[in-house]
Amino acid sequence: MTRDEIILAIKDIIETIAPDEELDSLNVDERLRDQIELDSMDFLDIVMELRKRYGVQVPEEDYKELASLTSCADYLGPMLENVELKVGA
Amino acid sequence: MSEKYDAILIGAGMSGLAAGIRLAQYDKRVLILERHYLWGGLNSFYKRRGRIFDVGLHALTNFAPKGRRGVPLTKLLRQLRIRHSDLKLGEQNYSEIAFPTERLRFSNEFELFESEIARAFPGQVDGFAKLTEAIFAYDSFTPPDPDLLARGELAKFITEPLLVEMLMLPMCYYGSAIPGDIAWYQFAILFKSFYDEGFARPEGGIRPLLDLLVKRYKSLGGELRMKSGVAEILQQGSGDLRCAAGVRLENGEEIMADQVLSSAGYGPTMEMCGAELGAKVTDQDRGQLSFNETVIVTDKTPMDFGNYGAAITFFNDSDSFDYSCPAPGGLGIDTRSGVICSPNNYAAAEPLTHGWMRFTALASAGHWEGLAAKDAAEYETQKQHSAQAFLDSAARFAPDPRPFEIERDLFTPNTIKRFCGHPKGAVYGAPKKRLDGATELPGLFLMGTDQGLLGVVGAMLSGISMANRHCLQPTA
Repeated sequence: MTRDEIILAIKDIIETIAPDEELDSLNVDERLRDQIELDSMDFLDIVMELRKRYGVQVPEEDYKELASLTSCADYLGPMLENVELKVGA
Repeated sequence: MSEKYDAILIGAGMSGLAAGIRLAQYDKRVLILERHYLWGGLNSFYKRRGRIFDVGLHALTNFAPKGRRGVPLTKLLRQLRIRHSDLKLGEQNYSEIAFPTERLRFSNEFELFESEIARAFPGQVDGFAKLTEAIFAYDSFTPPDPDLLARGELAKFITEPLLVEMLMLPMCYYGSAIPGDIAWYQFAILFKSFYDEGFARPEGGIRPLLDLLVKRYKSLGGELRMKSGVAEILQQGSGDLRCAAGVRLENGEEIMADQVLSSAGYGPTMEMCGAELGAKVTDQDRGQLSFNETVIVTDKTPMDFGNYGAAITFFNDSDSFDYSCPAPGGLGIDTRSGVICSPNNYAAAEPLTHGWMRFTALASAGHWEGLAAKDAAEYETQKQHSAQAFLDSAARFAPDPRPFEIERDLFTPNTIKRFCGHPKGAVYGAPKKRLDGATELPGLFLMGTDQGLLGVVGAMLSGISMANRHCLQPTA
């Protein structure tokens, strides 16, 4: 996956876990928590979905790396380099 | 070993179904076992002469419009991946707290309740504002002091005794397992769920909501077995390694699992673990408070025959409210206070064709259990007799539906016990709650009533949070 694809993958996960949120206008550099409502229960879901869809394990101490879409791309980039994007799961 | 599940959930009520969806969503092999032939538990339904009756639903509290942040309903929908529109919620007209000398209305707009308090109790406006502030500041979902009681806290803000009683009445009826009082954190959760959030009704009652949950659970691969009562919770290992290993059904079948989550209540759950763990159950783990209900179907709506527009009327016939379990004997119920509700008085795309009114009274479980065991005919006669007395009492606070009646149904604590398994028909379970869901047996956890969250939304959140905490967190 490219950086853009990773951002797409995360947005797709957020759309799955929060179907009522408006995601089109998300700023990639801003903290997700400041733009849409995501609590610790939701971050657990993002991590669980990453594991389910892409086999990526994010330990609890690294949840902070998922703060914004840009930081997600930075953190997940090396892990997802050879993994293909799956959207609409 | 092919039969081994990641988790077995005891009870297909709101908490079990919600926990099941969470676990199945993350590919856990999960099995829900239900003793009854229908799902729903305390919030089920039944058919009688072609009509569907809801068992427990008066109103769905915790109403919030789509997308409202930080409230239980929004969290719940997200965790279960259900769209707000799928619930088809219709908002209440208004509800009321009725005492002989004063009536307070409230709706899904907090301002109405504030203005009603200002009208009826002008001297209490500051106190009520401070009370509201304290409730919003209190961490009610992880309370620092879960044993704190509401009456003591209310007295710090409200000096008019009548207002204290009026504030206590609905909160006790909708969630207290403690005679005479309610835990402060539960009062705070309920206060927000009533006045800041509000009441709604899923279109069609509880059944479409249950159908939605069951369908979602099964579509994720979750298994559900009805008429499968659990006789014993199996254990393995000893000393520090002792843990839950599965269950033995009433028909003798053994099913193994890594974890067991039970909504059967702390007492019944521990008793399923055998004599040694069963002996840990104390009086604080046994609930007493239960209810009789009378449901009247009428040929006209309550608005048409009595200009009655309230979703719910909480009434009490004197200036002081006594929330306690009536002694056995007499009518077997307390006619002094109660709850009147009508599903007609919610917004609905398709209004109900008949009128419905439901009357709820505090009842003595011992009285009704004793009658049922002794003489079935006498039980029926007494049930009707008590219902008439209660309808007479309620008619002082809302229109009497009896002249327009086409059908009625009644239930007692005995009915609740039979269909939901709660000992003594104790709707709100044990006075002592276990907020972390832990039991003395590793691998066995509580969810639902005795874990401590209330109402349809609360029960589902209980299942969700226990599944997250004990089965899904990476450390688990």
